[in-house]
Amino acid sequence: MSAPVASVPETFDCRVAFAEELSALAREDERIVAVCNDSVGSSNLVQFQKEFPDRLINVGIAEQDMVGVGAGLALSGYIPFVCGASPFLTGRALEQIKADVAYSQSPVVLCGMSPGMAYGELGPTHHSIEDLSWLRAIAGLDVVVPADPAETRSAVRWAANAARPAFLRVGRFKVPAVTGNRPFTFGAATTLRDGSDVTVVAAGTMVSRALDAAAEAAEQGVSVRVLNMSTIAPLDEDAIRLAMRETRGIVTAEEATTTGGLGAAVAAVVVTERTPVPMRMLGIHREFAPTGTTAFLLEHFGLTAADIRQAALALAHTDA
Amino acid sequence: MLVADPGTAAAWRRFRQEFSDSGPERRREMLRERANQSRTTDLHMIGRAGLGHVGGDMSVLDILTTLFFSVLRVDPEKPDWADRDRFVLSKGHTAGALYATLAAAGFFPTAELDTFAGPLSALNGHPNRVKVPGVETNTGPLGHGLPVSVGMAVAARLSSSSRHVYVVLGDGELQEGSNWEAAMTAGHRHLTNLTAVVDRNRLQQGARTEETNTLDPLDDKFRAFGWDVLEVDGHDHLALYDAFTAPRGERPTCVIANTTKGRGVSFMEDRVEWHHKVPSAEQIVAASAELAR
Ligand SMILES: Cc1ncc(C[n+]2csc(CCOP(=O)(O)OP(=O)(O)O)c2C)c(N)n1
Repeated sequence: MSAPVASVPETFDCRVAFAEELSALAREDERIVAVCNDSVGSSNLVQFQKEFPDRLINVGIAEQDMVGVGAGLALSGYIPFVCGASPFLTGRALEQIKADVAYSQSPVVLCGMSPGMAYGELGPTHHSIEDLSWLRAIAGLDVVVPADPAETRSAVRWAANAARPAFLRVGRFKVPAVTGNRPFTFGAATTLRDGSDVTVVAAGTMVSRALDAAAEAAEQGVSVRVLNMSTIAPLDEDAIRLAMRETRGIVTAEEATTTGGLGAAVAAVVVTERTPVPMRMLGIHREFAPTGTTAFLLEHFGLTAADIRQAALALAHTDA
Repeated sequence: MLVADPGTAAAWRRFRQEFSDSGPERRREMLRERANQSRTTDLHMIGRAGLGHVGGDMSVLDILTTLFFSVLRVDPEKPDWADRDRFVLSKGHTAGALYATLAAAGFFPTAELDTFAGPLSALNGHPNRVKVPGVETNTGPLGHGLPVSVGMAVAARLSSSSRHVYVVLGDGELQEGSNWEAAMTAGHRHLTNLTAVVDRNRLQQGARTEETNTLDPLDDKFRAFGWDVLEVDGHDHLALYDAFTAPRGERPTCVIANTTKGRGVSFMEDRVEWHHKVPSAEQIVAASAELAR
């Protein structure tokens, strides 16, 4: 192996941290169970299955059944982590999520594995970019998007203790560690970099890109604040209002459709304030992706650090 | 949208003519050879792309080859012909097998196969009817093909067309409830113009079907939903041909095709890890040699 390039940080598949933490929790609390859809491998549950064969319920390729079974377990005192590839978990079982989980207030932890465009070349059927819009529309469902392995662990632990209907987006596309030792705090944005000109509100895979963008913008004399918005619903509205007061514009960045996800949530706060600030919403604009790897598609849809920087610079140079 | 390759389409027409003019031994040999060529093509596509569902591809290729090279009333040069038979690959993850088959029939140039899963390629990891002629509906999420096929069969009847609808389902796929909703509709409506082929290789993504969520007795299940059921060796081309073309009774037909996942490549056969593992360059050479025999 050749020497690593100094500027390229190590990156991680968050499913690994997710699975380790889930197994650790299961050792502490026998109410923890996992439910999956022929996805023992893709949900990284091989170790869990070895240790707790009876507590892994693999219903086969049947997502509606999977979520219903999860609700039944939750209503019987168990803490089910329902794990499946995010497009099928959310798309196929949306009504079960609405009726059996959210409306029934059954404390199921829905774990959307490999979300966004993590399944690159497998195409739009396997992309989960609508999930944030769909799920944010459902009352009483928490929507959580961790940004790195540490935050994923922390969010898994939070979900097990919270006993609320929740959705966790568990990333497969490799990301660097960005959150340091800050634990996941439900409902609160974390400021990963302070800044006074423009605020970038990012989630999941976009957070490290937002930090890179902020560093590059600083070299061009623009001070960019980066908020990691790991809870999409309910949204930390105070953090948005503060950003409106202290910076001149807001860029949102998400690996999802902008129709109803993070950008839309932030915009709903911004436009209902007395003095809105200009915004740019980065994401996918109601389009099915062409064929390509995840990295290719992120570039295709303008979701690189350079794109975020450009949007931030544009806002910094707009006279409000 | 890709367009037909007239030269290959003409060769396909000659193949179909020779097939109908030949006796059983020659017919068997023709389909066997054709299917194994597609297997080799597919292995190279997967190797190049670095992704694919090789086990299910090898499993389904005798079914696909028999359909496209001896059964389906289609015209690769007229993919929109209204009265064509309809073919739906419900187990859309085996798109590589479908692409290799469609290209061999001339629906689009074989050179296009080199782009499989590449940036901006028409040949996505799952089939897209908007870009690829011969693909009738977009699949990928399991459990969609049968309901859509039922709709196509109802439409054929409404428009008094003799076209037939064939749909290929994975066996693991049958765990999706949508299949049984559609099976009930097809049985209720006596859709004699519908044939569902189950690629019964007894493996799904992570384990054996019967260890995951039992499907047996599968024949009784379909019968109970109002279907006629035929069970055949899914690698015996003439048995498949007979099942696909046998006169239909009063009910839709389910052909349970008993298959082996990874068929034709000894080190892949019936091994669950080959669901979507990518063979190395050496493994592709070894596999191609086996298939050339
Ligand atoms: C709704 C849905 N859930 C899960 C998947 C992931 N998946 C892709 S292939 C597969 C296994 C399919 O098994 P089977 O139908 O038996 O096909 P085969 O073994 O012939 O490849 C799974 C679970 C999917 N594509 N769609």
